[in-house]
Amino acid sequence: MLAMLLRRIGLSIPVLLGVMVFGFLLLQLVPGDPAVVLAGPTAPPEVVEEIRKSMGLDRPLVVQFWMYFERVLAGDFGRSMISNKPVTEELAAAIGPTVELMLACLIWSIPLGIAMGTLAAMKRGTLVDRAIMALSVAGVSLPVFFICLLLIQLFGLTFRWLPFVGREGPVWTLEGLRHIALPALSLGMVFIGPVARMTRSSVLEVLKLDHVRTARAKGLTERAVVVRHALRNALIPVVTLVGLQAGYLLGGAVVTETIFGWPGVGRLAVGAILSSDFTIAQGCILTMALTFIAINLIVDILYSVLDPRVQK
Amino acid sequence: MPDADPLLEVRDLHVHFHTDAGLFRAVDGISFSVPRGKTLGIVGESGCGKSVTSLAIMRLLAQPPARYAGGDILFEGKSLLKLSEAEMRKLRGGKIGMIFQEPMTSLNPVYTIADQIIESLRAHGMTDRARARARAIEMLKMVGLPSPEKRADDFPHQLSGGQRQRVMIALALANDPQLLIADEPTTALDVTIQAQILALMRDLSARTGASVVLITHDLGVVAETCDEVVVMYAGNVVERAPVASLFEAPQHPYTIGLMAAVPRIDTTSDRLETIPGSVPPPYMLIPGCKFASRCPLADGRCTAERPPLREIAPSHFVACWQAPIEEATR
Repeated sequence: MLAMLLRRIGLSIPVLLGVMVFGFLLLQLVPGDPAVVLAGPTAPPEVVEEIRKSMGLDRPLVVQFWMYFERVLAGDFGRSMISNKPVTEELAAAIGPTVELMLACLIWSIPLGIAMGTLAAMKRGTLVDRAIMALSVAGVSLPVFFICLLLIQLFGLTFRWLPFVGREGPVWTLEGLRHIALPALSLGMVFIGPVARMTRSSVLEVLKLDHVRTARAKGLTERAVVVRHALRNALIPVVTLVGLQAGYLLGGAVVTETIFGWPGVGRLAVGAILSSDFTIAQGCILTMALTFIAINLIVDILYSVLDPRVQK
Repeated sequence: MPDADPLLEVRDLHVHFHTDAGLFRAVDGISFSVPRGKTLGIVGESGCGKSVTSLAIMRLLAQPPARYAGGDILFEGKSLLKLSEAEMRKLRGGKIGMIFQEPMTSLNPVYTIADQIIESLRAHGMTDRARARARAIEMLKMVGLPSPEKRADDFPHQLSGGQRQRVMIALALANDPQLLIADEPTTALDVTIQAQILALMRDLSARTGASVVLITHDLGVVAETCDEVVVMYAGNVVERAPVASLFEAPQHPYTIGLMAAVPRIDTTSDRLETIPGSVPPPYMLIPGCKFASRCPLADGRCTAERPPLREIAPSHFVACWQAPIEEATR
């Protein structure tokens, strides 16, 4: 188990390296000169030139990347070009709300998706099945931003039940919970569809297998057969799907955070890109990559818990 | 072997499947009985309805597409078809145990073998976990799994095919069933393991007094294990006889053909014997004998009228207008 974990972590190093190169190059391609941003629009060209020299921006790209790489390894992500605060400080403030939002989204959407998929599989071909599948197709097809806007319109403006701007304290306080409700609901909607569909097809697949027939021949109740013998095995591909969807979750978080003014990494990244704050943007990209890797690591661990065959 | 009080009795059972291609009469009016403590073999080629028969007894066929279209199944004199689902569940894995053909896939890969046996014990009333575990290990020991205490917590993928089939037998016998249905229990195993598993089943059924229904396409297995044999062809019973009588004087042309098709070590022949032709398509409605189109002895009556099962020697039943068939014609 430990060996597997270490191997997985080792495998993620090249991924991180690639993300660093990619993030670095991407920001070179974006229009906007960091030296100009830093100096301000009215600064004379000599000052801009001086800043460019002092930041090493006049040196070759490879050298610039190496300098960036060394600093990141030392835990120094640089300072924001706008606020002049350390990037790590800005990220530290933003990562909490983002993780909070993701957990709040997954904690209801995945169990609900699994329950819906299992129900659809058990009631295959009936109205219940069709209704659930129609709902999940809608969930998959509607873009996140649209779901956000619908929910804001409905619960925020028409009924005035829930606030839809910003974060008000941690999730375990009443206000915190009220504020996270709509963003978590919107983001989770995206997840229910794929999870429900995958669970349905996976359960149907497993129900056909020989060991389910054995379970029935043991005299188990249909409920025990489905939950213990079909669903348990069917969850293996569902967990894989959740890992694959992690990127979607991060992308959705960027949109959701921006719309709801949620102070997370996604909104920080959007703000940084819009204001050409390159150091913050790079930090955000790296953080998101790390989150992605972490989610997949958790998926790998879950996978080996669910399926004893992958442990050895 | 007429038995006044058989453990299991199947009476004129019809099982149909409603499929897109039409009505498939998988089991088309079969009758047999299993006396207490005896082993009945059901032989026939793939698709003849043997497995459907076994699943029908357990009521494990999905309905639809399957439908009980007639006849009855009596277990200890009571109709299984009239039982509620809850009463039927009590029998499954309780008084009736079942072993399947594919040991590689018949166990759930995500639970340990002990857990899978314990689950069955607990479903049938042994709620104390420690006692159930002790019983599971005792069963594993009984079926000859080496170092059962240690292997009990293995997952199925850590066992060989033969070991898994031993576990399946332990599972099927865990609640002391009176009837064990074994659907091709040795087909997926290699020959030496086959012999071991058959010997084990024979030994355990003798020790526990359980009756066995052994479904197979292997006549060698039948000869070694069974007391009585039912030969099935395209959903019908064509011959039913005590094992010695069947092998000595097979009466149905199909049985005769099957026996001729078994390769023998004491004769030299370049070609394997076959029965010419093929099984009629399952959706075809045939008024006469279903074997007539392949039968060397068939005449007009065979294609026009279905032959009933009749007793032509003591306890030897055959469904053929031409029977008894003389030794010379065989």
